[in-house]
Amino acid sequence: MTDVTAMTATQIAGLVATGAASAVEVTQAHLDRIAAVDGRVNAFLHVDTEGALAAARDVDARRAAGAELGPLAGVPVAVKDVLTTKGVPTTVGSKILEGWRPPYDSTIVQRLRAAGTVMLGKTNMDEFAMGSSTEYSAYGPSRNPWDTDRIPGGSGGGSAAALAAYEAPLAIGSDTGGSIRQPGAVTGTVGAKPTYGGTSRYGLVAFSSSLDTPGPCARTVLDAALLHAAIGGHDPRDSTSIPAPVPDVVAAAKLGATGDLSGVRLGIVTEFGGEGAEPGVTAAFNEAVDTLTKLGAEIVEISCPHFRYALPAYYLIAPSECSSNLARFDGVRFGLRTGDDGNRSLEEVMSLTREAGFGPEVKRRIMLGTYALSSGYYDAYYGQAQKVRTLITRDFTAAFERVDALISPTTPFVAFPLGARTSDPYQMYLADLFTIPSNLYGGPGISVPCGLSEGLPVGLQVMAPTMADDRMYRVAAALESAVGTLTPPTM
Amino acid sequence: MAAISREEVAHLARLSRLAVTEEELDTFAGQLDVILQAVAQVGEVAAADIPPTSHSVPLTNVFREDVVTPCLTPEEALSGAPDAEEQRFRVPRILDEDVAS
Repeated sequence: MTDVTAMTATQIAGLVATGAASAVEVTQAHLDRIAAVDGRVNAFLHVDTEGALAAARDVDARRAAGAELGPLAGVPVAVKDVLTTKGVPTTVGSKILEGWRPPYDSTIVQRLRAAGTVMLGKTNMDEFAMGSSTEYSAYGPSRNPWDTDRIPGGSGGGSAAALAAYEAPLAIGSDTGGSIRQPGAVTGTVGAKPTYGGTSRYGLVAFSSSLDTPGPCARTVLDAALLHAAIGGHDPRDSTSIPAPVPDVVAAAKLGATGDLSGVRLGIVTEFGGEGAEPGVTAAFNEAVDTLTKLGAEIVEISCPHFRYALPAYYLIAPSECSSNLARFDGVRFGLRTGDDGNRSLEEVMSLTREAGFGPEVKRRIMLGTYALSSGYYDAYYGQAQKVRTLITRDFTAAFERVDALISPTTPFVAFPLGARTSDPYQMYLADLFTIPSNLYGGPGISVPCGLSEGLPVGLQVMAPTMADDRMYRVAAALESAVGTLTPPTM
Repeated sequence: MAAISREEVAHLARLSRLAVTEEELDTFAGQLDVILQAVAQVGEVAAADIPPTSHSVPLTNVFREDVVTPCLTPEEALSGAPDAEEQRFRVPRILDEDVAS
């Protein structure tokens, strides 16, 4: 049998379905790969060897019994450590939850189990999903398989690195300002942020509740679509979950793979042109635009005048929500408690616990949000940011009256060296310049590899209207059919 | 002019229940100043008549049937607690000693 770790999820599911390989063999091959390379990648915070093999044996038993298997049965998946997993450690990349074993599964993980996928373990991330490099993980950074001295993106850098290192064919991420798409771009993999409310937040450790969106990561667009279909859809346990079916993203990916985009209108955002993107990224993007034109798409330029305020608005809204959400880490119900010597008060113990348990970026954002919500500053900061959010939404709505989807580079720069942006937090924030608008609007976005710049991957982002996730899969799959997938150097 | 002073950062840390060190105060004051000056750009937008958006999904009052479904046992709910006693979360003292006695 050829090396299953090099295969797509679709190929692996085919092997398992026909009996050409057992789910246990597939799982063991990936566990062996993790053992061989993860010392250099640090994609995983926890590998659940026993749980994975048990889940694989279950798939094999059901197949032997003649049960109907789903399209991803027997396929290994790596899960970002932001989602609760019953009995399996969930840290959110933070010391404050070190050793916590949740008593319940998140909805996404329940659906992964129901689909017959095999969870290999939990992946590294910036603490509480705040960051663009995994350097804010309390457990050390993950490394980019393209160059292990460079960042794999963030916050979901562990999931993206696991894909690029062939440790897993599928992974789950969460995207609040670009944490699925930017890691996808810099590791040469595919990452999709579904429509907000299209995937359940039940059991997703909250950072910014009006923005957080779990979603699929994969090495091909079709694999991402299959994973999206498996995890998406209404969940009564998330009150912001949209009570409507997920658009047929799998059919859209297959349609796109034919390489025909005739009749599709794509918009390039004027305001993204002038700022931020380094020359190599712009060059790769422009080449991809030519390719999309050759595939039949009509390209127009569209002005979205308020997009330039998306980054500042985001860095008021997200920290404000985080300062409220992270109040639950008080050393009482779960996680760390420190300084409880029998004499100190609850408030003192709480302050010492949070000081010891949170890292610097989390503290910065909690304080920033506390400031933006303070009496006297609320109107000028948080209130004004919410109004800007309305204007950004109107920009999107107006644009989608003229085009089917918007395209841009996913991130302004290729994977940067470890340490290059940690001393200046705002420089790190710029990584999300092009991804944040979709989060504020709530619409879906996908990053698909579009080429290389100085030997490092560049991603193209497709942004679609809310609940039109299928459109972005069609465009991304068409580009993939022309450009091909990117293969990192052998590890 | 700085957007935020060291004293204001110390106040924010107290409100945030973060027992930050003196050294952290120096670092955070400088960093938060840079961030606040950048995000203050939202003030350039004329938005007086624009309604705020708190959420992208226009859903209000989401109801479900009032039926009993499986939930955590007390043991499961307390399984991650740093300290528990008699099926309750145990916390450090909340009232002052002389008030409690």
